[in-house]
Amino acid sequence: MLHLQICQGTTCYVMGAAQLASLAAQLPEDLRGRVRVTGCRCLGLCRDGAFGGAPYVTIDGEVLAAATIDSILAALRARLQEAHP
Amino acid sequence: MRLHNESDRVKREVLARVARALFAEKPEALDRIPLQMRPKGQPFSRCCLYKDRAALRYRVMAALGFRGEDETDELRPLAAYAAAVPTRTRNPEPFISILTEGCSACLESQTTVTNLCRSCLARPCVGNCPKQAVHVKNGRAEIDRERCVNCGLCAKACAFHAIVQVPLACADACPVDAVGKTADGLVAIDHGKCIRCGRCQAACPFGAIMACSQMADVILKIKRGRRVIALPAPALAGIFPNDPAKLTGALLKLGFAAVYDVAAGADETARREAAELTERLRAGAAFMTTSCCPAWAETVRRHLPGLAGYVSHTPSPMRLAAEMARADHPDAVLVFIGPCAAKRTEATFYGDPDHVLTAEELGAMLIAADIDVDACDPAAPTRAGSRAGLRFAVSGGVAAAVGAHLPDSGAPKPYVISGLSPKTIRLLATFAKTGKAPGQLVEVMCCEGGCAAGPCSFEEPARAAARITAQAAG
Repeated sequence: MLHLQICQGTTCYVMGAAQLASLAAQLPEDLRGRVRVTGCRCLGLCRDGAFGGAPYVTIDGEVLAAATIDSILAALRARLQEAHP
Repeated sequence: MRLHNESDRVKREVLARVARALFAEKPEALDRIPLQMRPKGQPFSRCCLYKDRAALRYRVMAALGFRGEDETDELRPLAAYAAAVPTRTRNPEPFISILTEGCSACLESQTTVTNLCRSCLARPCVGNCPKQAVHVKNGRAEIDRERCVNCGLCAKACAFHAIVQVPLACADACPVDAVGKTADGLVAIDHGKCIRCGRCQAACPFGAIMACSQMADVILKIKRGRRVIALPAPALAGIFPNDPAKLTGALLKLGFAAVYDVAAGADETARREAAELTERLRAGAAFMTTSCCPAWAETVRRHLPGLAGYVSHTPSPMRLAAEMARADHPDAVLVFIGPCAAKRTEATFYGDPDHVLTAEELGAMLIAADIDVDACDPAAPTRAGSRAGLRFAVSGGVAAAVGAHLPDSGAPKPYVISGLSPKTIRLLATFAKTGKAPGQLVEVMCCEGGCAAGPCSFEEPARAAARITAQAAG
């Protein structure tokens, strides 16, 4: 099971994480049961002017910057593909 | 639902970068923002890197509170605009600024037949058109532009989805027909008709309708040691996902000297409005409308003058919260913060509070200052509101708060208009014409769902409203 963490820190929330929260409830069928979606406190990735990359998410610890629903789904599918080609 | 939107992200990143340059007192950094956001060799979103950068330059100008329309020297450094902020004595009004470089000159909203049309036997498009504008020619339906009123009935009737209504995002979003086109097809706003609701701004997929921000004025006044007081709207408690006490702590950490919750003003508005309603009904009035929504106040002023006599004279929660803060701190700079676009116009009209910030602009300031609300110490505002005051931010909440001050038996009946649209505005016009309304207290909210659904927010309206309702229930 992959672990998708959506940063809920203020920077990420303002920059678009609020719109990513719906992913938890509305995972596409092919990903259901294969991905665990959780929110997390500020990961600190936005500090020192790096806020241009927000919202940040991590998939099994690997950081994805400027995350959108599309880019998250693509990254999740690529990982599952790698694991079970 | 507010979908993820790259245009919003760009807008907020510009605001955060501007705020960071101003907090760091490095105005020269402002001129680098377009280059930093669109560096050489990286992807761009318009025709080329240079047009993206030109558009970003105008976004920085708007973030500093200047209209691109007023530009006289294209080489004037952005740092020079920042230097001019402290000399500004009036807030920009009207605050809307058009990014000409951004406007895509989209087609006027129209109903069009696509080549999916099969020239069927039933031809419901022809039969259902109330204007006889649809005819079949050369094996395909055609729409007579002169006759078509863009009602969309033909599109709904077509079994093949062969007829589509192509929307014009900005103009279709406007509830009062204030958004039109120049001869070149670019967006043009009739400021005489505009009710400042901010919907066109939120709707434009190119981000070509911008607001002149007062964020720079607020940051520079904080930096220069003025006593700057925050007046956060009740809606903020729903827009930020955090404990409201931590949001108060974050405002203090940002440099605000004190926090007066607008919900405290809302409690006072409810008390006074209940007394005013009782008085008016006793004097024989049929109904009274609420007065707290500034886009509603502008709608009455510009489009429904016949209703002016029915609008409550009670000041809005923002103004009453400002009065409380002003009484304690006569020389302070007062700053309302909320998801509303139109509050800017209300504040400019009455002269107090001094400035209005949006939820997005507050978010940008927190980003720039590296403040994570969740990590802030909880704090209590100098003046806090009740739960009823908090509910002002959700449709029905104003009427409920006013109702709580009225007697249980024989209390005036509320009637709630949640969202101004051509339809609800026509309905309100009939109240003026007939002198009758379905309730004695007519609550009007421009944004559907109430202030929690305000346009200058980063949260989904339903989630913001749910948070407020949960907090108000305890």
